[in-house]
Amino acid sequence: MDRPISDYQFEQFLQEEKLMGAQCVGCGMLFVPPRAICTKCHGSEMEWVETKGEGQLVAFTCIAIGPPAMIAAGYDRNNPYCSGAVELAEGPRVVAQIEGVDTRNPETIKIGMPVKATFLRHGADEDRKTVLGFTPVDEN
Amino acid sequence: MSTNQSIKNPNVSTLGAVKKERKLERCVAMVGAGMSAFNMFKDRDSKDLFAEAFVEMSNSVDKGLDPADIDALYIGNFTNDFFAHQSHWGAILSDSLGLVPKPATRIEGACASSALAFREGVFAIASGFYDVVLVGGVEDMSKGSTETVAEGLALAAIPYERKAGFTFPGVFGAIATAYFERYGASRENLMDITIKSHGNAPLNPKAQYKTTIRDIMGSKIKRAKEKGGAVPDWSDEKDFLRDPIANPAIAWPMHLFDCCPISDGAACILLVGEELAKHFTDDPLYVAGIGQASGRGLNAADDLTYFEATRYAANEAYDMSGLTPADIQFAEVHDCFSIAELLHIEDLGFFKPGEGYKAVADGLTKLDGEKPINTSGGLKCKGHPVGATGAAQLIEVWEQLRHKAGDRGVPIDDLRIGAAHNLGGTGGTCTFTILERR
Repeated sequence: MDRPISDYQFEQFLQEEKLMGAQCVGCGMLFVPPRAICTKCHGSEMEWVETKGEGQLVAFTCIAIGPPAMIAAGYDRNNPYCSGAVELAEGPRVVAQIEGVDTRNPETIKIGMPVKATFLRHGADEDRKTVLGFTPVDEN
Repeated sequence: MSTNQSIKNPNVSTLGAVKKERKLERCVAMVGAGMSAFNMFKDRDSKDLFAEAFVEMSNSVDKGLDPADIDALYIGNFTNDFFAHQSHWGAILSDSLGLVPKPATRIEGACASSALAFREGVFAIASGFYDVVLVGGVEDMSKGSTETVAEGLALAAIPYERKAGFTFPGVFGAIATAYFERYGASRENLMDITIKSHGNAPLNPKAQYKTTIRDIMGSKIKRAKEKGGAVPDWSDEKDFLRDPIANPAIAWPMHLFDCCPISDGAACILLVGEELAKHFTDDPLYVAGIGQASGRGLNAADDLTYFEATRYAANEAYDMSGLTPADIQFAEVHDCFSIAELLHIEDLGFFKPGEGYKAVADGLTKLDGEKPINTSGGLKCKGHPVGATGAAQLIEVWEQLRHKAGDRGVPIDDLRIGAAHNLGGTGGTCTFTILERR
């Protein structure tokens, strides 16, 4: 865990299927993604901690007209994708793509529903990259 | 793991006792204002548009303007670098207006760029350094494809939002779902805002879309009849806006008619020290309060149902002016998306949190309501050349307070105080500027 606190390392952890945050040694505030300086106490001694990757959906949208990278990934008016904000069990709010929901019927997607982190593979070969996503937790 | 250097004793401030309240050391007057038409112009670039705004501004100065009297320029521009592959707009515009060697500074604060330029101009005069300053903004957005424009605008989102696939309609769509969930509002409430904006716009000769929703319904029905196809039978405006063919989702729950258009345009304003105002006009406006604040994106904001930066900026402007939300007789607010207008009228204190949509439904924000909002037609209909918008909003306040707004004039006898709210990014930069006619 002795890696520098940076978005680059945060993304490296995602490749390893870990959703990591930076915790302020001074006041205990947790940041996901990480921050080099604590916005609560301005302490700058941070350490990596792993989150459970569990939380609830607090806001979302189903995007019909996306940026070039999402269009290239096959999303369009007939196949929208969902992006959302998730409040983790540990407190921080993160933004990510939401998988496993019916984006053609957004009324079926419910705020407050429990979700868990999933690690999405984007691109192929050397461009292959793992990005953070969330997917609904089966409540049964 | 820590960084190499730590902030020593970050909590040792002893300035609390000596921090003074914010005020301008010298009062600043607005004595001229002009804007280009807002639209998509394949044959006009930023120089052309700014020249049009500058000529109109010059001619709006009641006692005339000698351009040689202008001391400096502050120009807002978000990202012509991306849209038009050209940067360095301060010097280019100073030259094109014949103002060289007057210093020109470009200001960038996403879609709030020209409200920031206005604020920097105010400070330059208030400090006593300059006497006559040209402020304004320009954006030349329409030369690329819609996807290119969306990509350029998304540069102002925070990096995490972009990586999560958010577009700007998407960010505001997500905010809408949080607001709906908290307060029980729905798309139907946002339609009230769209219908109102389209109601004001035909009264604004500068608006990009001068059509009511009824006009649009009528022209679509006419076209369907001419083509001999199925003729839509919408019962009213909301029925039209509910139709997913006529009003498709862009980023649910944001649909086409919740979103502002792509626009090219420029706007500029002449500011002078208070004691010089009478050289230019007998009817100046004064900067009564001016606030600016920064905010965080979706992952870190205090809450997703309001913009923290708007609240800070508004409080700063209210404190400075000694005015309250009730004193603001009308306002232009940054309705890049319909949901945004709803949040702003609450954040600015016009209505309580969660009450804004009810006020809109009751007609309180209409032209003849108790708090007219976006009499210009708003960004939705007037157009949103992003770097020019903040200045253009203040020009609407100027025209209203000086009774030059024609048929869209706010029907209040003693019209004295109006304000403009400008927002950039995901609420990352917000301003609130209160103008007063004494």
